Amino acid sequence: MKLDSMYQEIILDHYRNPHGRGLRDPFEAEVHHVNPTCGDEVTVRVHLTGGEGRDAKVEDLSYDALGCSISQAATSVAHDLLVGHTVGEAFETLEAYQAMVQSRGKVEPDEDVLDDAVAFAGVAAYPARVKCALLGWLAFKDAVAQAQASQAQASAQTGGTA
Amino acid sequence: MTALASAPSAGATLDVAKIRADFPILSRTVRDDKPLVYLDSGATSQRPRQVLDAERTFLETSNAAVHRGAHALSEEATDAYESARERIAAFVGADVDEVVFTKNATEAINLVAYGMSNASVGDGVDAAAERFRLGPGDEVVTTEMEHHANLVPWQELCRRTGATLRWFSVTKDGRLDLENDPITERTKVVAFTHQSNVLGTVPPVEELVRRARAVGAYTVLDACQSVPHAPVDLHALGVDFAAFSGHKMLGPSGIGVLYGRRELLEALPPFLTGGSMIETVRMEGSTYAPPPARFEAGVPMTSQAIGLGAAVDYLNLIGMDAVKAHENELTGAALLKLQDLPGVSIIGPRSTEARGGAVAFEIEGIHPHDASQVLDDSGIAVRVGHHCAWPLHRAFGVQSSIRASFHVYNTLEEVDALVAGVRRAQEFFGVAP
Repeated sequence: MKLDSMYQEIILDHYRNPHGRGLRDPFEAEVHHVNPTCGDEVTVRVHLTGGEGRDAKVEDLSYDALGCSISQAATSVAHDLLVGHTVGEAFETLEAYQAMVQSRGKVEPDEDVLDDAVAFAGVAAYPARVKCALLGWLAFKDAVAQAQASQAQASAQTGGTA
Repeated sequence: MTALASAPSAGATLDVAKIRADFPILSRTVRDDKPLVYLDSGATSQRPRQVLDAERTFLETSNAAVHRGAHALSEEATDAYESARERIAAFVGADVDEVVFTKNATEAINLVAYGMSNASVGDGVDAAAERFRLGPGDEVVTTEMEHHANLVPWQELCRRTGATLRWFSVTKDGRLDLENDPITERTKVVAFTHQSNVLGTVPPVEELVRRARAVGAYTVLDACQSVPHAPVDLHALGVDFAAFSGHKMLGPSGIGVLYGRRELLEALPPFLTGGSMIETVRMEGSTYAPPPARFEAGVPMTSQAIGLGAAVDYLNLIGMDAVKAHENELTGAALLKLQDLPGVSIIGPRSTEARGGAVAFEIEGIHPHDASQVLDDSGIAVRVGHHCAWPLHRAFGVQSSIRASFHVYNTLEEVDALVAGVRRAQEFFGVAP
């Protein structure tokens, strides 16, 4: 049954016991994303350290979310998979994840890259739920972009002292 | 009297099986051969063969641009289009020249808001339009239970003119709070729904019209959820403007209706301008055709108007009293059975008094999106989300809800299927009490 392939136990576990939930300091950017069709919302903070651009490290991804099991679990998995990696690595994971959930089932997920996130492959069969699966992930991408843009601006203003 | 609240005619029973046979889509299966249980007519209703056939026959025999050309097809098309207008007008107790065809109800409400906006710009359009002028100090009143289509256009009108938006709040039991009345001498427009698309609540139209008239304000009625489901007589209700859409009343999408009292349509400046809506055009300026043509710029939707005419014929054949009585029975059963389920709470009135067939509810411990996924897996189509009524959901302290809504083709067995589906969702997510 498709329903079971969508609501895999791993997703329900993350939903009931979300990892890394709660908004924490320090952070360089905070974004608020909403799914306008259902009203689900997520606030994501990122804390980046060392390096620039894709070399920076995702030190923390903290979040607060209101939403369905898919959006909540997806954000919890994002926390597990993205924290501790460089921005470059995190974006590669994000792209693989996005390709999988938007594929209508045509992309075979790479478990080495996606780990627990392969559980969301079942969502691809339900186009109406793809936004739920992406809400927290795309908020993370936006938060990183904002954090790095404001860092670049700040360093330009201070003459770029490293 | 409230047109909506009139007693259903005695003994009005329907042959629902016969009606269902007119709707080809209702016999299909979904999600691994489960019979479709369509409980989302509040979003869009299904169309009977009679409507589909009317469109096809028109397109196969008489299709042409209406109100232009003098050839045979053009004449036939114009006759068919205007005949549809006559039957639709009669269906809602209006005169034929008080019915304007629009793309949908949203456009119909925007037409009124932009007409008022145009009357408020600079020197206005002409002396007749002065009555619609809005500016700082003026107020527009709406309600917290509106669909976004009857809220956002008024927010925008206020922004453009400097007027202020006020609103009626909603009580805990899902009624308008008439005690705290925002209508004052400053009120110029009172826009409200004839039936909430979420709560099913039918506000007291006559009382609101009375209060608006007492201060000289215009009333704008969102009749999208009333006209498809119950007898509605717009002249008897006494509203100044009303809007409804074709696709919620067994008709096509791409067509909506604006009703306006003749005297007001004659004074309201046009919204969209161009061909078909003019009287004379010179390089220096133009004058406009009388309504309804003034508000139908460009080549209009034609087969959709003919389809909506056929939908009205179909509903008339059943009888709107019978439609109302049938849906009332379904709503009563759904309210009773859902309230009986532990963990389920209804959002809105819990009895069928002054209430139509939209039943919104929550299931404790399950997000509506997740619940609808299980219902969908059982073949049941319901709406989830905020149903384009975000402020209303906020007022109830919920982010979203599940809504079942009915039309004449639904059955008591489908209500039972919904209840069983809710139980299944509770079991699936391990929250069954």
